[in-house]
This record gives sequence, C-alpha cells and structure tokens, in this order.
Amino acid sequence: MIPILQYTGLPFGGAWVLATVIEILLIMLPVMLAVAIVIYVDRKIWAAMALRRGPNVVGPFGVLQSFADAVKVFLQETIIPAAANKALFLIAPIITFTVAMLAWAVMPFAKGVVLADINVGLLYILAVSSLGVYGVVIAGWASNSKYPFFSAMRAAAQMISYEVSIGFILVCVVLWAGSFNVGAIVEAQRGFGFGVINGFWCSPLLFPVWVMFLISSLAETQRAPFDLTEAESELVAGYQTEYSSMAFALYWLGEYANVLLMCALNATLFWGGYLPPLNFPVFYLVPGLIWLIAKILFGFFLFSWIKATVPRYRYDQLMRLGWKIFLPLSLGFVVVISGYLMATGHFA
Amino acid sequence: MSVRQLIKSFTLWEFILAHWLTLKYFFKPKATINYPYEKSPISPRFRGEHALRRYPNGEERCIACKLCEAVCPAQAITIEAEPRADGSRRTTRYDIDMTKCIFCGFCQEACPVDAVVEGPNFEYATETREELLYDKAKLLANGDKWERAIAANLEADAPYR
Repeated sequence: MIPILQYTGLPFGGAWVLATVIEILLIMLPVMLAVAIVIYVDRKIWAAMALRRGPNVVGPFGVLQSFADAVKVFLQETIIPAAANKALFLIAPIITFTVAMLAWAVMPFAKGVVLADINVGLLYILAVSSLGVYGVVIAGWASNSKYPFFSAMRAAAQMISYEVSIGFILVCVVLWAGSFNVGAIVEAQRGFGFGVINGFWCSPLLFPVWVMFLISSLAETQRAPFDLTEAESELVAGYQTEYSSMAFALYWLGEYANVLLMCALNATLFWGGYLPPLNFPVFYLVPGLIWLIAKILFGFFLFSWIKATVPRYRYDQLMRLGWKIFLPLSLGFVVVISGYLMATGHFA
Repeated sequence: MSVRQLIKSFTLWEFILAHWLTLKYFFKPKATINYPYEKSPISPRFRGEHALRRYPNGEERCIACKLCEAVCPAQAITIEAEPRADGSRRTTRYDIDMTKCIFCGFCQEACPVDAVVEGPNFEYATETREELLYDKAKLLANGDKWERAIAANLEADAPYR
C-alpha cells in the first residue's frame, strides 16, 4: 500500500503513517463489528440451549439487537460516583477496550497479511493481554465501592494465575513451531497431522495442551464458568457495578473483543489459523480469511456452549485448578514435549 | 481419589456428557412463547382489566348499589350516585384506581347485575400513572370493546357457578 500512496506524491514517512492508519482501521472496524454481532450470537446460543428464543425483535431474527443496545446506551447518562477517582474511573474502560484491540496487530489473516509482522508476536500478545488486568483493577479501585473492589482483587488474582499456565502452554506451541512469529507458527501447522490435517490440535501431545489452553482462556477472559469477577449473586455486577452508559458499553465491548481475541489465538495456534482444516488443494480455493473467521466462530461457539452448560466455579476451586492442576500439568507438558522433540531430532 | 475418578476428572468426562446434553437442547424446539405474536390461552375466569357492561339495549347495567365499593379490599372503587331524570338509580361517578386494585375479583362476585367484570384484557400498560385512574367513561368504553369476549367467558363459566 505504501508505494501506491507514495505515487500520489507523499514522502515515505507520510505514506507509511497513512498506510498503517488505514490498515489499523481495516482491522479494527471489522473486529468491532464482529464484536457487536458476536454479542448477539452469544445471546442466541445461550438462549437456544436454555430453550429460549433470545433477541428476535430488532431486525431479521434480532441481528440488530446489539446496535439497538448501543444506541440505548449512548443516550444514557454517564454517572460518576461522587467518591470515585474521576480520571482513573474514566480511563479504566478505555484501557480494557484498547488492550483488547491491540493484540490484533500481530494476528495473521492470510499468508503474510499481518499489520505488524514482528518476530516475537506471541510474546507481544502475552504482554498486551496481561495489561488487560489493569482495566479491571483500576476500575475496581477507582469506583471507591466495595463490590467492585472485591471483584478487582479476584480478577487480578485470577488473570495472573491463569496467565502462568497460558505462558507454559504457549511455550509448548513455540517449541514445536520453532518460532515466536505468529505467521510462522501457522505455517508450521501446514500438513502437521500426517500431511493431511492442518493444525497442532491433532497431535496426542498437543491436544491436552489445547484443552488446557481453552480452559485457561475462559479464565483469562472471565467467561463462565470462571466469571467470578462478575458473580452477580455475590458481587452485584463486579467491577462494572458503578459504571453506566458508554463506559459500561466499553467494558461490554472490551470483554467480547477479548473473547474474540482468545478464539482467534485458539484458531491460529492450534487449529491452523488461515489454513484450511485439511491439507487438500480443493480447500485452498476458499480464501484463508474465510477459514480463519470460521475457526474463530467455531471457537466462539465453544465458549458460548461452555457458558450455557457449566455452573460457576467457587473461588477456591478456581485457584486450585489454576495453581495445583494446570500449572504442574502445563509444566509437565513443556518437559515432555521438549523431551520428545529432542528425542526425535526436531531441533537438529 | 480412586483411579476411576481420576481418569474421569482428567478426561473431563462429566463435562463432555453435560455438553452433549446442552447440544441436544440446542436443537430442540423452543419452549418460549413468541409473546407479542403468540399468546398463551387464558381461562374464562381470568381476572384482567375491569369493564362496566351494558344491556343489549344500550342501558348500563350498574344500579349504583355500591356493593363492589363496599367489598373492595383495596378500596380502589369510588362511586357516587343519584336518581336519573327518568327516576332510575344510576352512578354519576364510578372510578377504579387501577394502581390500587389487587385483581381479587370480589367486585364482580359482589355485583348483582353482572355490571362490573374483570375482562380478559391484560395489555393496558400506560406511560403515566394518571392514565391508570379509570373513570366511568373509560370503564364503559372497555365494556363496549370487550363485551363479546366477556359475554363468552361468562357463559363458559356459568355451569360451574
């Protein structure tokens, strides 16, 4: 895109900035649109599993429900509690939302089609998604109210606990792929299973790792059954309790953007990203973006499915699962997988 | 923890069963009624919005005996009466405060001439509180509007009274 812009007479620097801004918009706007649609899809799936209908009035089958909600929320008043720390209170939802958007920068949408093709893409994702906890903690602290505060404490502990095992899980993937670059990880999955299946999930060593990743990403995004931070029976609405109007909507969007991001990570790290599920030439006729979207949506269906099925964990159960089961298990898998790779001469 | 239990928990066996169950429910027909377009059947005894009925010749039934006013446990009914020009006793005021009403149905039980009834209508939400303070004109209009349904309901319930 840069040469085209330079053709119009822009200097290289200006062309680079303009091209990057355009590319960012090209990623962000569809993601935001997808978030709106995915909220609707989530409600529909959840409703269907509870034998309900879900939103079905706004637009055909209710698809415009999210937009109607957005308009409603826009028209509401932003209430800032008198005792709140105003600046932090308003910054917190922006942090959550921004951080959820940032990680998309290294997501490959097709071979070589990525905004920032950095070598350590996976580390970047880890770093950025860890920042997400600040949005929650700051909200809990700045609200100056006890339930948001409890919720923020829980969220911090929960996200940090599961980030540890997610880190080890990603190490397994990186070991096998031999690169931190997300695009390279996807390419490493080409024909991974007997030259037929694209994706790390089909390996007996990596399949349990994938299951752990799925469960950890549920905890990381505070989805059910790990949605203790907004356990309404105990904490009203958690860290969002004092929020209203657009600030609340930003949390709502950020939460689902995070879920989408985790589904996208799931798709790129374990299901072969933009590659078709099977390594046959016929499937390559369909553009990679379509495959990626299909995989993300399937991942999201799993998330909704789990939400509709599993009741909420108790807090000590959550911590036990994170520290006493997932941490040793993922560490063990790092050892086993690296041992296997050494034994089979993968690094030679 | 027995070995069996250990294997069960590490293979997430019960989670898989649970997800299979919810997946089956996912494809089942919905139990919810699609409300504004579909409505569930209601009993002939359903106690909904009040109405004052008329005789087929157009004469209002109410004779201002004030039994309903007396029996109303919520004291939602207010009646004032005086003889009409032709000498018959009629109400000059018949108000029901729908915000007070508890829909017990005592008024229609007390009525000797089947004048005040609770009709089948339950969709009369209003935007202001004042609109729920019904006067005689509103109640008579309700009676005219719902007469067919009310008469059918009364007839359906008559064998059991």
